[in-house]
Amino acid sequence: MDTSMTMFADLPLLSLVIWMPVIGGIFVLFSGDQNPSGARKIALVFSILTFVLTIPLWTLFDSSTAAMQFVEKHVWIADFNINYALGVDGISMPLILLTSFTTILVIISAWEVIQYRASQYLAAFLIMEGAMIGSFAAMDSILFYIFFEAMLIPMFLIIGIWGGVNRIYATLKFFLYTFIGSVLMLVALIYMYNKSGSFAIIDLQNMQLSMNEQILIFLAFLGAFAVKVPMWPVHTWLPDAHVEAPTGGSVILAAIMLKIGGYGFLRFSLPITPDASQQLDWLIITMSLTAVVYIGFVALVQQDMKKLIAYSSIAHMGFVTLGFFIVYRIGTESQGAALALEGGMVQMVSHGFISGAMFLSVGVLYDRMHSRQIADYGGVVNTMPVFAAFMVFFAMANAGLPGTSGFVGEFMVILASFKANFWIAFLAATTLILGAAYTLWMVKRVVFGDIANDNVRALKDIGKREFLILALLAIAVLALGLYPDPLVNVMHPTISNLLQHISVSKL
Amino acid sequence: MEAIYLAIPLASLFGAVVAGLFGKQIGRAGAHWVTSLGVATSFVLSLLVLKDVLDGAPIFNGSVYTWMVSDGILFEVGFLIDSLTALMMTVVTGVSLMVHIYTIGYMKDDPGYQRFFSYISLFTFSMLMLVMSNNFMQLFFGWEAVGLVSYLLIGFWYKKETAIYANMKAFLVNRVGDFGFLLGIAVILAYTGSLDYYEVFSNASNLSSSTIEIFDGHPWDVITVACILLFIGAMGKSAQVPLHVWLPDSMEGPTPISALIHAATMVTAGIFMVSRMSPLFELSDVALSFIMIIGAITAFFMGLIGIVQNDIKRVIAYSTLSQLGYMTVALGASAYSVAIFHLMTHAFFKALLFLAAGAVIIALHHEQDMRKMGGLKKYLPITYWVSLIGSLALIGFPGSSGYFSKDAIIEAVHHSELPGAGFAYVMVLLGVFVTAFYSFRLFFLVFHGEERMDQHTRAHLHEPGAVVWLPLVLLAIPSAIIGWLTVDSLVFGSYFDNILLTLNEHDVVAAIKQSYHGPWQFVLHGFSGPAVYLAAAGVFTAWFIYMKKPSIAEWTRQKFSFVYTLLDQKYYFDRFNEIVFAGGSRLIGSILWRIGDAMLIDGLVVNGSARIVGWFSGAVRGVQSGYLNHYAFAMVAGLILLLGWAILG
Repeated sequence: MDTSMTMFADLPLLSLVIWMPVIGGIFVLFSGDQNPSGARKIALVFSILTFVLTIPLWTLFDSSTAAMQFVEKHVWIADFNINYALGVDGISMPLILLTSFTTILVIISAWEVIQYRASQYLAAFLIMEGAMIGSFAAMDSILFYIFFEAMLIPMFLIIGIWGGVNRIYATLKFFLYTFIGSVLMLVALIYMYNKSGSFAIIDLQNMQLSMNEQILIFLAFLGAFAVKVPMWPVHTWLPDAHVEAPTGGSVILAAIMLKIGGYGFLRFSLPITPDASQQLDWLIITMSLTAVVYIGFVALVQQDMKKLIAYSSIAHMGFVTLGFFIVYRIGTESQGAALALEGGMVQMVSHGFISGAMFLSVGVLYDRMHSRQIADYGGVVNTMPVFAAFMVFFAMANAGLPGTSGFVGEFMVILASFKANFWIAFLAATTLILGAAYTLWMVKRVVFGDIANDNVRALKDIGKREFLILALLAIAVLALGLYPDPLVNVMHPTISNLLQHISVSKL
Repeated sequence: MEAIYLAIPLASLFGAVVAGLFGKQIGRAGAHWVTSLGVATSFVLSLLVLKDVLDGAPIFNGSVYTWMVSDGILFEVGFLIDSLTALMMTVVTGVSLMVHIYTIGYMKDDPGYQRFFSYISLFTFSMLMLVMSNNFMQLFFGWEAVGLVSYLLIGFWYKKETAIYANMKAFLVNRVGDFGFLLGIAVILAYTGSLDYYEVFSNASNLSSSTIEIFDGHPWDVITVACILLFIGAMGKSAQVPLHVWLPDSMEGPTPISALIHAATMVTAGIFMVSRMSPLFELSDVALSFIMIIGAITAFFMGLIGIVQNDIKRVIAYSTLSQLGYMTVALGASAYSVAIFHLMTHAFFKALLFLAAGAVIIALHHEQDMRKMGGLKKYLPITYWVSLIGSLALIGFPGSSGYFSKDAIIEAVHHSELPGAGFAYVMVLLGVFVTAFYSFRLFFLVFHGEERMDQHTRAHLHEPGAVVWLPLVLLAIPSAIIGWLTVDSLVFGSYFDNILLTLNEHDVVAAIKQSYHGPWQFVLHGFSGPAVYLAAAGVFTAWFIYMKKPSIAEWTRQKFSFVYTLLDQKYYFDRFNEIVFAGGSRLIGSILWRIGDAMLIDGLVVNGSARIVGWFSGAVRGVQSGYLNHYAFAMVAGLILLLGWAILG
C-alpha cells in the first residue's frame, strides 16, 4: 500500500487530473455522433478515471502544512515570466474533488437524456472539467486566468446548443457579465506584473501595494468574482442561464462554476489586497446580506422551479462571501475568524452537492414532463414515491436542516458573524425562515397533494440510473452533515496561514 | 454503561431505518415488529438508566464523537445523563412504546403503514438525541430533527390539502422560533467560547457580567438577551403565544402522532430546554418574567378557545396549548422541577386523552365532530373509563396525577415575587375553571347525552381491539397515580438537586415545602385554596349547560356573539399571519423581483449596456453567425497545443 502510494506521489498528479478529462473529451469528440453509446462509455470511463486520480490528492494530502502540495512547475513563456505552475492547498483540494465527483454524475445524468449531438455534449463537460480543475490548481495568475476563461467556452456551448428557447439571450447575458468582469481582472494582473515582474500568485500576495492601488485592484477582482458567485446586484444572469441550460449545465454551473468566484476571493482578493478588503468589507457584507434576504424573498415568488433554485443558490452563496469578508469585523486574530472562513468553504462544498442535487431533481421531472413550471405539477409523490423521498430530503438540506451538509456552513458563518455584530448575524439567520419558506412551498406544490393532472398521473418513478445519481449525492450530503470534520480538518493550516497573512498590513 | 447510553437512541434508529428503507421487503408485520421492538429496547434500557440514577449513579458527561473542530471550538456529539435526562428518556420511550402498539390497530388499513412506523421510530430517536445531549449543537440537531419528523407526520396523508398546508405551516413557524434559538446559541458561544453545557454553565458569569448594545445607547445584559433568544426557540417548539398557531393545525396528522409528538413529548422540548438551562435562566429576572407572562397568556387564552371547538382533537389540542402554558409559567416562577413534574404527568394523561379520542374516532369511522357523537358510554366502556381518568387528571381532580402537578404550579406562582407573578396567578386560576369546563364539555358531548351519529355508524359501533385499548389502560394507570407516587421526590425531594438550579431568592418550591407534609396532606391542603372549587365549578357548569339545559349554550353564543366570534376565529392570529407575514412576504418578493431585478438591474443596466454593445458589434455580426461550437472547440484545441508546447518545450 505504502509503496503504491508513494508511486502516486511521484506522478504529476495535478497535470494528470487536468489533462486526463481534456484528452478524454477529445477522444469522445472524435468518436463522433454516430456512436453515442460508445461516446457515453468513453466519457464515463474518463470521468471515473479522473476522479480516481483525484483521490490521492486527498489521501496523500498533508494536513499539517499550509504550503502548496503536489507542486509542478515549468517555464511557459519565459519573456513574461509566466509559468505552468500547479499546486494545491487546503482550500483548493476539496474543490478539485468536488469537481471530479460532480462531473461523473453529470455524465451519468446525460446518459439517455441527451440524444442530440451526445458526443459533443459529453466532450464539452470533460473539457470543462479539466479547465475547472486547472483554475483551482493554478499557482500562476495567467494560468489561472486562462483556465478561468477556457471553462466558459464549453459552458456557452452547452447552454447555446442544448439549451431552451431563450438560450441565445441567456448566453449573451452570461457572456456580457463574465467578460466585463474578467477583463478587469486581467488588467489588474498585468498592472501588478508590471510592478512586481511576476505573475506567480504567491508573489502577488507578498508584493507591497498602496491603498489606492489596492482599492482599484480589489474592485477589479470584485468585478470578476462577484459575477461568478454571483453576488447581488450582478446576479441576474444566473437565473436566465439556469433556466435555459440543460440539466447537466445547470449542475456544473451551480456546483462548480460559482465556487470559482468564491475561491477567487480567498486566493486573490483577501491576500493580495488585505487593506482594501478591510476598507471595503462593508460593501461585500452588504451585498452578501442582500443576497440572503432580498434574494430569499425573490425566490419565494418564482413560478419556475429552476429559477427558484437559481435564486436559492444566490442566497446560499451569500453565506460564502459573508463568511470570507466578516473576518475583519470579528478581528483576524480573534476566535471566530477561522470559523467564518472555514464556514464559507464548507458552504461552498455543501452547496455543490445540494444545488447539484436540486437541479438534477428538477431535471428528472423535466425529462418526463418537459415543464419547469411549478403550476404544472402537484402530487408527484403519488406516482413517484422514491423520487419524492429524495426531493424532500434535498429540499430539507437546501433549507439547512441539521444532519445535512446544508446546515454546517450556515451554522458556522452565523455563529461567527455574531462576534462581529448582532444585526449581521440576525439578517444572516433569516435564511432559516426564508430558505425553508421558498423550498418547502415549492415541495408542497410540486410533490405533495393529490394528483394534479393526467401528466402527473402518467409519471414513472426514477430508474436505476437516476437512483444511483441521487443516492450518491444523498450520501455525500448526509456524510458531510453528520461528520464534517475530515473536510474542515484539511483546511486548518491554510486558513490560519491566510488569516496571519491578512493580519499584516501591506501599507 | 456508555454502550447502553448509545444503544438507547440507536435501537430506535435501527427500527426506523429498517422499516423506512426495507418496508416493502419486511412487510407490514415486519415493520411494526422491528420498530416496536426497537423502541421497547430503548424503553427497557431507559428504565435501567433511571434505576441507576435513582441508586445514586454519578452524572455521566461524555462525548460520542467529535463532529468538528474549527477555530479551536469543539463541536461534539455527546451525552449528559443525569436525573433530568433519565426521567425524560423514560417518559419519551414509554409513551412512544404505547403509541407504537396503539398504531398497530389504529393504522391497520393505511397504505403507508411501514412509513408511519419508520417515522415514529425516527421521532423517538431524534427526541432521545435532544434530551440526552450534553451540548447546544446536538440540542439544536435534535430540535430540528423532531421538527422534521413532525413535518413528515403532519403531512403523512399527503393527499389532504389541509394536511400539507398544516405541515408546512408547522415547520415555518417552528423555524421562526429556531431563528431565535440559533441566535441564542450564537450569543452563548460568543461570550463563553464553548457549546458544552457544563463549560457554558461554569462560565455563566461571563454572560451575566457583560452587556451588549443591540440598539446604540441601550446596553442590555447579555444573559437576558441570550435567555430570551433561547426562549423564543422554546416558544416555537412548545407552542407559546404568538408562535402557537401551528399546533392546532397539526391535528391534521394521524391521531397517534398527535398523542406522541404534539402532546406528550416534542412540544415539551421547550420546557425541557429551559429547565436544562436553569443555571442560565436563573441569572435573568427579566427573562423569567417574560417567560411567566407569555406562559400565563397561553395558559388562559388558549384554553378559552378550547371551549368553542367542535372537533374532538382540536379541543384536546387547545388544551395542550393551555397546559404547555402552565408549564411555562412554572418555568418563569423558577419552579423548574414543578414544570418537569407537570410535563411528566401531562405526558401520560394527555397521551391517554388523545389516544382515547383516536379510539372514538375510529369507532365512528373517522368522525371527529363532537356534534355527531354522544352517548358513547355504553358502546365504548373501556374508552369511557380511561377518558374519565384522563379528564380528571387534566382538570386536577384531588389525588390524580394532574392535581399534584397543577396545584404545585399554582402555589409556585402564588409565591413568586417576580414582576408579572400577580397577573400569572390570576390567569392560571381562571385557567383551572376553563380547563374543567372544556374537558367536561367534551366528555359529556362525546360519552353522554343523546346519540347524534347516523344509524349506519351506530350499528357498527364497538370497542376497538386489544392493541388499541391495552395502551389506553397502561397510560391510565400512571395518569391516575404517578403524581401521588412521585411528588415527594420530584418536587419536594432531592431528585433534581444540583441539576435544576434555583437561586435562593427565587426558590418558590422551598416556600411551598414549608407547608408540605406528604401527598395526603397536600391533597387536603388543596381544599383550602380556590383551585379545587374552580375546577368543580367548571365541571358543574359543563354538566349544567350540556346535560341539563343545552339551550344555554345557544343563548350565550347569541348574546355574546362578539366573544364567540373572537374565539371561533382564534383571536385572528391566523388571519393576521396570512395577510401580514405570508402575503407581505410574497408582496415584497414580487416587488423586489419585478422592480429590483427585472426593471432596474436587467432593464436599465444589463440590457442597456447590451444595446450599446449590440450597436457597436452590428457591423461584425455576420462573423458570429457561423458554427460557433466549431470555433470554440478550435480555441480550446489551440489552448491545449499552446500549453503542451510549454510543458514539453
